[in-house]
Amino acid sequence: MKKTLATLAAAAMIAGTVPASADLVVPNLSYRTGPFAAGGIPYADGFTDYFTLLNERDGGIGGELVTVPECETAYNTEKGVECYEATKGSGALVYNPLSTGITYQLIPKVSADGISLYTPGYGRTSAANGKVFEWVFNYPANYWDGASVAVKHLLDQNGGSLEGKTIALVYHNSAYGKEPIRTLTELSKKHGFALTEIPVDSPGQEQKSQWLQIRREKPDYVLFWGWGVMNQVAVQEAANIRFPMENMIGVWWSGSENDVTPAGAAANGYKSLAMHGTGMDYPVYADLKQYVQDAGKAAGAGDQVGSVLYSRGMYAAMVISEAIRKAQELAGTPAVNAAQVRDGFEALEITEERMAELGLPNFGQPFAASCEDHGGPGAAMIQQWDAAAGKWNLITDFIAPDDEVLNALVLEDSAAYAAETGLTERCN
Amino acid sequence: MFYREAGDFKTTYPEDAQTFPIQFDRVRYYAVLAIAFGVIPFFINDYWANAVFVPFLIYAIAAIGLNILTGYCGQVSLGTGGFMAVGAYSCYKLMTSFPEVSILIHVLLAGGITACVGVLFGLPSLRIKGFYLAVATLAAQFFLVWLFNKVPWFYNYSASGQINSPERTFLGHFVTGPNTSAAAKYLFCLVILFALAWVARNLTRGAVGRKWMAIRDMDIAAEIIGVNPLTAKLSAFAVSSFFIGVAGALFFAVYLGAAEVGEVFGINKSFLVLFMVIIGGLGSIFGSFAGAAFLVLLPVFLKNVLVEGMGWPTDLAAHIELMIVGGLIVVFLILEPHGLAQLWRVAKEKLRLWPFPH
Repeated sequence: MKKTLATLAAAAMIAGTVPASADLVVPNLSYRTGPFAAGGIPYADGFTDYFTLLNERDGGIGGELVTVPECETAYNTEKGVECYEATKGSGALVYNPLSTGITYQLIPKVSADGISLYTPGYGRTSAANGKVFEWVFNYPANYWDGASVAVKHLLDQNGGSLEGKTIALVYHNSAYGKEPIRTLTELSKKHGFALTEIPVDSPGQEQKSQWLQIRREKPDYVLFWGWGVMNQVAVQEAANIRFPMENMIGVWWSGSENDVTPAGAAANGYKSLAMHGTGMDYPVYADLKQYVQDAGKAAGAGDQVGSVLYSRGMYAAMVISEAIRKAQELAGTPAVNAAQVRDGFEALEITEERMAELGLPNFGQPFAASCEDHGGPGAAMIQQWDAAAGKWNLITDFIAPDDEVLNALVLEDSAAYAAETGLTERCN
Repeated sequence: MFYREAGDFKTTYPEDAQTFPIQFDRVRYYAVLAIAFGVIPFFINDYWANAVFVPFLIYAIAAIGLNILTGYCGQVSLGTGGFMAVGAYSCYKLMTSFPEVSILIHVLLAGGITACVGVLFGLPSLRIKGFYLAVATLAAQFFLVWLFNKVPWFYNYSASGQINSPERTFLGHFVTGPNTSAAAKYLFCLVILFALAWVARNLTRGAVGRKWMAIRDMDIAAEIIGVNPLTAKLSAFAVSSFFIGVAGALFFAVYLGAAEVGEVFGINKSFLVLFMVIIGGLGSIFGSFAGAAFLVLLPVFLKNVLVEGMGWPTDLAAHIELMIVGGLIVVFLILEPHGLAQLWRVAKEKLRLWPFPH
């Protein structure tokens, strides 16, 4: 009998407990452990803190409190699937897994279950085509935009021509790192530069041979698609071979404080893309301090506030909350369901005025989604690390990507997905 | 009282040679089958299927496969992840090239292709043993993962190098893709596991298994009594890789739905399956099940207890979980080096004497 009871208790524990509440549920599939925790922790903190702010200051969104159940994925797809299954029954409205691998897993699942997937700046790039990907949104920018913006920046620096230059792409050997290759190949044909692909196997703690190759081949520029522990190792290795830092451009996931501080002064001049502003000079931080940090409600250790990735987590939470607000407006009820939130995402428009109202003036680019366009304008800025001052400085304004090249690629890739899964296009 | 041979008379040879000679064992076995096939499918939901049962069933197939090679034939292999990747990628190529053929056939063919690859990488076992063979299979692991990353043909030239399993049906029900019901997923894996475990159990009881065990115990002596090491070792590699290939195909097509070779089939997977075999018990089919259950269920159980039961932060819980699982592995190996299967054997010995121990 005792054994039976113990078995039953064990079974109940494996089953987990589903919070039965009428709140708006936005699960946070985060990773605070493993080789990518350096990126995962600040993002998760920013994400959760913003919703805590909304709950504490405004009493939630439209009067409905938001619960943010957290589930640890360790950037691992199997754990990601488990987290998704564990949380989807609780009335989850939208997922933001911060992992391209998990995103690929979830795209078919969310489409079948009818839950939105919001992947700002990561995930499957061709999800920008809303005609095929009904439930996936990746505005304001995606990997291919990022690759194109980086190349445009290099064009600007070289008087509009990259003829005869070589660009090396050092990338995380995974879906994430491979995403920009197709765009860069097209752009190399268009602009006449030579592209060298240099993969780094996950997690990327060992990159000696890759940087030796760079030292030998001496490419003019290095584009860098890294994440987690791989970033700081790469910046350090680039410094070791005395690669000129201003000729190395990381994607927005390779441009946080964690990535450059370990290399110290040697990292000075390292550039990265930025899809939003950084630093503490935004009014929203005063509210965050008053209602979240000082009230002792900060997520995690509370030491990440104002860092690049904290801002990005907050930005994602801001967009999600605005989409929920839009959904409430459209549905005429504060207690929206997942399908209504999807409509909210699709009708979302973030204007400059709205961002200023939210305490984030000039933080990100204004954008408007539509049935066809789930990808946003895709512009990005370039930021440069100042090691002496210990801060990122924005050195350009928003640069628009080369849509002429990208749109064709997006259409091609999404058509392949539609053919693979037998989807018919929407919005016609 | 219940668990004993006394009074259970056998009058024919087949009865005497059956897998479960004790009546109580037989009844328990049929009860487990009845629950697995007749009860669970009606109560299973997405969470139970995707977080608990389907991974358990698939890892059990992989663990049986590795147990045949390592536990029964004594050939240490660290290439399990790579062989699972062969199964997954062959299944993907077959599914996308021949969409009209049944998924079951694809899964079995994927196992067959993996068996061929396994035999190829098993060839060094004819010359080298022990740690040296482990290193040779480790080379298979790294080579295969590199190959599937490097050659775009394997992932149909997709932009990200990911493979996605298209929707396929079996007997009119979806078994792959997002519209698969939990019960269909579970039953598909269960049927394959049941058939393969039945084959494995009978192979290891018969002449083939005895040859494997002879090679494991002492290869020179085995050769002297007439066991051909070439066929014995290579057949162990083939059968083992077949199982692992089927497990890899199911892992990708039914369980995950999308996979990336470096992350899903990396060296960690090889170690995980090896730990399952060691903790479960080398040279035991039951041990493969027990080991797979231990390493699949325990982390989920601990996570739910620590995070949802006790409200701990997720990062602390994840770290503590690693420590507890690691600690338990060490404790198990010290207290019972022959694994969970040995615990089960000891329990059965005790049951035979109960309630009158002498």
